[in-house]
Amino acid sequence: MADQVRTSAATSPGGPIVSTRLTRPVLLSTLVCLLWATCALAVDTTELSDPALQSRYLALTHELRCVQCQNQTIADSPVGIASDLRRQVREMLVAGKSDDDVRDYMVARYGEFILFRPRFSAHTAWLWLAPVVLLVGGALIAVRVLRKRSALVGQDNEPLEEDTPSS
Amino acid sequence: MNRFLLPLGAFVLLAVVLAIGIRHSPEKGTIASPLIGKAAPQFALPVLTDPKRQLSSADLKGRWYVFNVWGTWCVACRDEHEALLQIQRLAEVPVIGLDWKDEDSLALRWLSELGNPYEVVAVDHDGRTAIDWGVYGAPETFLVNPEGIVVYKYVGPLSVQEWQTRFVPLLPPRRAARS
Amino acid sequence: MLPELGHFALILAMLLAALQAFFGIAGPALGRDRWASTVTAAVAGQFVMTVTAVGCLIASFVSNDFSVAYVAENSNSALPLFYRVTALWGAHEGSLLLWILLLSCWTVAVTFGTARLPQRFAARVLGVLGLVSVGFLLFTLATSDPFLRLDPPAPDGRDLNPILQDPALAIHPPILYTGYVGFAVAFAFACAAMLEGRMDQNWARWTRPWTTAAWSFLSVGIALGSWWAYYELGWGGYWFWDPVENASFMPWLAGTALIHSLAVTEKRGLFKSWTLLLAIVAFSLSLLGTFLVRSGVLVSVHSFAADPSRGIFILSFLIVMIGGALGLYAWRAPLLKSQAGFELAARESFLLFNNILLVIAATTVLGGTLAPLVADALHLGALSVGTPYFNPTFMLSMLPLLALLSFGIHAKWKRGKLGERSRTLLMTFIAAVICAIVLVYGIYSHGKVMTPVAAALGIWIVLSSLIEPIDRIRRGISLSRAVLGMTVAHIGLGLFVISVTAVESFTLERDVAMGLGERTAVGNYEFRFDSLKQIEGPNYSGLEATVAVTRHGAPAAIMYPQKRQYWVQRSSTTEAAIQMQHGSNVFIALGDDLGGGKWSLRFQIRPLVNFIWLGAFIMAVGGGIAVTDRRYRLGRQPVAAPAAGVAPERAG
Repeated sequence: MADQVRTSAATSPGGPIVSTRLTRPVLLSTLVCLLWATCALAVDTTELSDPALQSRYLALTHELRCVQCQNQTIADSPVGIASDLRRQVREMLVAGKSDDDVRDYMVARYGEFILFRPRFSAHTAWLWLAPVVLLVGGALIAVRVLRKRSALVGQDNEPLEEDTPSS
Repeated sequence: MNRFLLPLGAFVLLAVVLAIGIRHSPEKGTIASPLIGKAAPQFALPVLTDPKRQLSSADLKGRWYVFNVWGTWCVACRDEHEALLQIQRLAEVPVIGLDWKDEDSLALRWLSELGNPYEVVAVDHDGRTAIDWGVYGAPETFLVNPEGIVVYKYVGPLSVQEWQTRFVPLLPPRRAARS
Repeated sequence: MLPELGHFALILAMLLAALQAFFGIAGPALGRDRWASTVTAAVAGQFVMTVTAVGCLIASFVSNDFSVAYVAENSNSALPLFYRVTALWGAHEGSLLLWILLLSCWTVAVTFGTARLPQRFAARVLGVLGLVSVGFLLFTLATSDPFLRLDPPAPDGRDLNPILQDPALAIHPPILYTGYVGFAVAFAFACAAMLEGRMDQNWARWTRPWTTAAWSFLSVGIALGSWWAYYELGWGGYWFWDPVENASFMPWLAGTALIHSLAVTEKRGLFKSWTLLLAIVAFSLSLLGTFLVRSGVLVSVHSFAADPSRGIFILSFLIVMIGGALGLYAWRAPLLKSQAGFELAARESFLLFNNILLVIAATTVLGGTLAPLVADALHLGALSVGTPYFNPTFMLSMLPLLALLSFGIHAKWKRGKLGERSRTLLMTFIAAVICAIVLVYGIYSHGKVMTPVAAALGIWIVLSSLIEPIDRIRRGISLSRAVLGMTVAHIGLGLFVISVTAVESFTLERDVAMGLGERTAVGNYEFRFDSLKQIEGPNYSGLEATVAVTRHGAPAAIMYPQKRQYWVQRSSTTEAAIQMQHGSNVFIALGDDLGGGKWSLRFQIRPLVNFIWLGAFIMAVGGGIAVTDRRYRLGRQPVAAPAAGVAPERAG
C-alpha cells in the first residue's frame, strides 16, 4: 500500500485537465460533459403575457427535473438543456397544450424520471401508500402497547413522586 | 417467531437492495432511454458540410446506423473521437453525427484537425432534435436498425472496447464478423 | 517525507484500534481484567497516531506539497491559507480522515467519562468503538489513502471546488461529523449492554449525555449546511431533500427519538428494547449515510466522486457492524421485559407516540431516498422522488407529533393527570390560535390552508414550553438543567416551525430581466439596478452589481450581488447579496448577461427565514444545557436502587 504511486494526473493551470480518469467508463465522464457550467443558478426571466399561462409555466418548470443537473428543476438549472426544455414548455403552453400534454411529451423522451413528483400509477403506488401504511401500523402498535401497560398500572408499587414532571 | 428478528430481516433486505445498487452504479446518472424499441425520432436538419442540403431520418432508413451526438465544447467528445475513427474503420456501420448546440466553423475545424469519422453530420443549433432523441449530455450514441427502430443507447464517451461488448452483439452476424 | 510519516501513522493507528477492539471485547468476555485495563493505552496510542496523520496532511496542504495527489486535486497555490487547511475535508479521502479523527476524539472523551463506571462495561464500550475505528481505518488505507503520491509532482493544484471556498461550509463538515460520529458512542453503549446481558436505568443515565451531545452537534451541523445552501447556491432555497441532506437528517430523526426514549428508560425502566434498537438504528443511519454519499448508488448535487469498489467495502462494513448489532439485539432483547405500567394520558404514552412518529418519519425519508434504487433493482423503471413527495409525506407524521408535543411535556409520569395544568394549557392554545390568525390574515392577508394550522402549532409549542419554567420560578422551586434544556430545545423547535411556515407561505420571488438604471418592485420593496463592475479576488475574478433598495419609498440598503469565475476550475459561483430587513431577508442574486445591456436578477423577500437556523441552533443549545445536568456528572453514584418491580435484568 505504501508504495502505490499514481501516474500523473497532468494538470495545467487554466487548461483542460486531461486525466487518466477520463478513460474510465461512463460515470465520471458523463458528469464531466456539461457546457462548462456548474449546477449553480439559473434565473429564468420568462414572462408570458397571459398570467394564467405564466403561473402554469412556473408550476411546470418547477416540476420537471433538469436531466443534467439532476437534483434541480429546469427552472433553477443553468445548463443549456434546461433552457431548451423551458423553451419547449413555453412553446407548448402558448400553442394551447395542456399541462398533461407537456408532461407526456417530456416523459416520452426522458422517462418518468423527469417528473419530480412521481405520478400515481401501479408502479408508484407503493411509494405513495407506504407512509399511510406505516401510520396505520404505528397506530396498531401504539394501541397494543397502551393496552398492555395501562393494565399493569395498579400492579407495581413504585413510590413515584407525581408532583414534579421532571424529564 | 421472535419479533426481535424483524429489524435484522429488514436490514438484510436493505443490504440486498444496496448491493444491487452498487452493481448498477456505473450507470447511475444515466437515465434509461424510453426510446429503446421505439421508432427513431423524425428530423430534417441541415448538413454541416453543405448547409443547403438537408439530412432527414427518412434518408437513413433501410440500413443500420450509429447516431452520435457531440459538440466541440464537449471535453469527453474529444476523448471518444479516436475511438469513433477506429469504429468507422472497423465496422461497416456508418456513423452519423449530430452536432449539438455548436458553431459550424468550430465543428468544421474540429473535424479537419482531428479526422472525420462521420459519413454525414447533421447540425442541431437550437437543440430541438436533441430533445426529441432524449439527449441530456454529450456524447451520447444510439444504434438504429434498418426499420428505423432505436436498438440501443450509450451515454458517455465510447471506447472501442465498449463498442465490441455492447454494440457489436446487437448487429446481425454478417456485419459483426467483420468488426 | 511527511506524507509517508502520515501514512505510517495511519497504519499504526489501525493496529492500535484493532488491539483496542480485541482487548475491549475479548477481555471482559474471557474474564481477563488485565486485558480490559490495557484498552485505555490503546485508545491513547490510536489518538496520538491519528492526530499525527491529520497533522501531516494539513502540513502538506499548507506547504503546497503537490506531490501528494490529494493536495494536488483539492488545493492550489493561490488558495487562501484558511481554505488550504479546510480543504483537508474537501473531498472523499480527507473527509474520511476527519471521521476517523473525530471518532478518536470521542473515544478519548468516553475513556474519561467512563473512568468510574464498572470496568468491564467501560472496556466493552471502548472495544466496540475500536471496532468501528478499525473499519474506517481499513477502508481508508485500502481504498481511499489520502497520502498517495504523484510522480512527477503536479506543477500546481486543481484548486478547491469554489463552492466549498466559504467559511460556513468550511466548518460544516467537522461539526456535522462530530454529531454523526457521536452516535457511535450510543451504539457502543448499546452493544456493551447487549454483550453484558444487562441493561438497567443506570445504563440509560450513563448513555444520555453522550447521545444528547452528539444530537446537538448534528443539529448545528445540519443547520449550517442548510444555511450555506441558502446563501451560496443562489436559489434562495434551504432544503432540497437531496440524498446527501437526507443522509444527515435520518440519523437526526432517529437520534431525537433516542434521546426521548432514553428518558423513559432512565425514569421508569421502560422502552428498553425500543431504546436499544434506536441506539443501533441511529448509528446505522449514520453509517448508511456515509455509504450513500460515497458509493455512487445515488445521484446528488453534492455527493463525492463515486467508485463502486468503495461501495462494496462500505457495504461489507455495514453488514458486519449493523448485522452484528441487530443479531445481538435479536438475541438479547427478548430478555428485557419490564412490568411497569402507565395510563393512557401519561407522559410515557406521549413519548411512545413520539418514538413511533419519528421512526415513521425516518422510514419515510429513507424509503423516498432509496426508492429510485429499489425501482431500478426491481426493474420497475426509473423513479423520481423529490420535494413534491417528501414534503407531504413528512408532514403526515410530523404534524401529529407537533400537536401532541404540548400535551406531552405536561403529562405526568405514570398516571398522567394534568389537573390544574389543563386550564393553562387550554389558554395557551387559544392564545396561539389567535396569534396565528392575526399573523396570517392580519399581517399577510393570504396563506395556504396549512399556514394557520402550522403557525398555531408552532406558537403553541413555544407558549406551552414556557408554562412549567414560569410556574416553577413563581413557586420558588429550582429549575434543573435538564428541565431548562428541554424547555429551550422545545422553544427552538417551535420557532423553527413558525419560521418554516412563514417562509413557505409568504415568500415573494421574482426573476426579472433588467438594464442599468431600471427599477422593479417586489412586495414592499423597490429595487434599482445601479451599476455593474469588475472585481478580483485571490483566486477568482467576476462581476459585482450594485442594487439600491428602498422600502415604501425610503432608502433601505445598497446591496452587492456578485458572480465569480474561479480561474483554475473555470467554474462560476453566484454570491447572493442578503440582508435582514424588518425580520425578513432580502435576497438578490445576479443571473446571466442576457445581451442588449440586460441582466437577469432574482429577487426574494423571505420573512423570518433566519429563525429557521436560529431555531435549530436554539434546539442544540437546549441539548447542551441538558447535558450539563448534575445527575450526569462523572462518577456520581447511581440514584437510589431502581424502583421496586423494575429490577435490573440479567440474562441467563
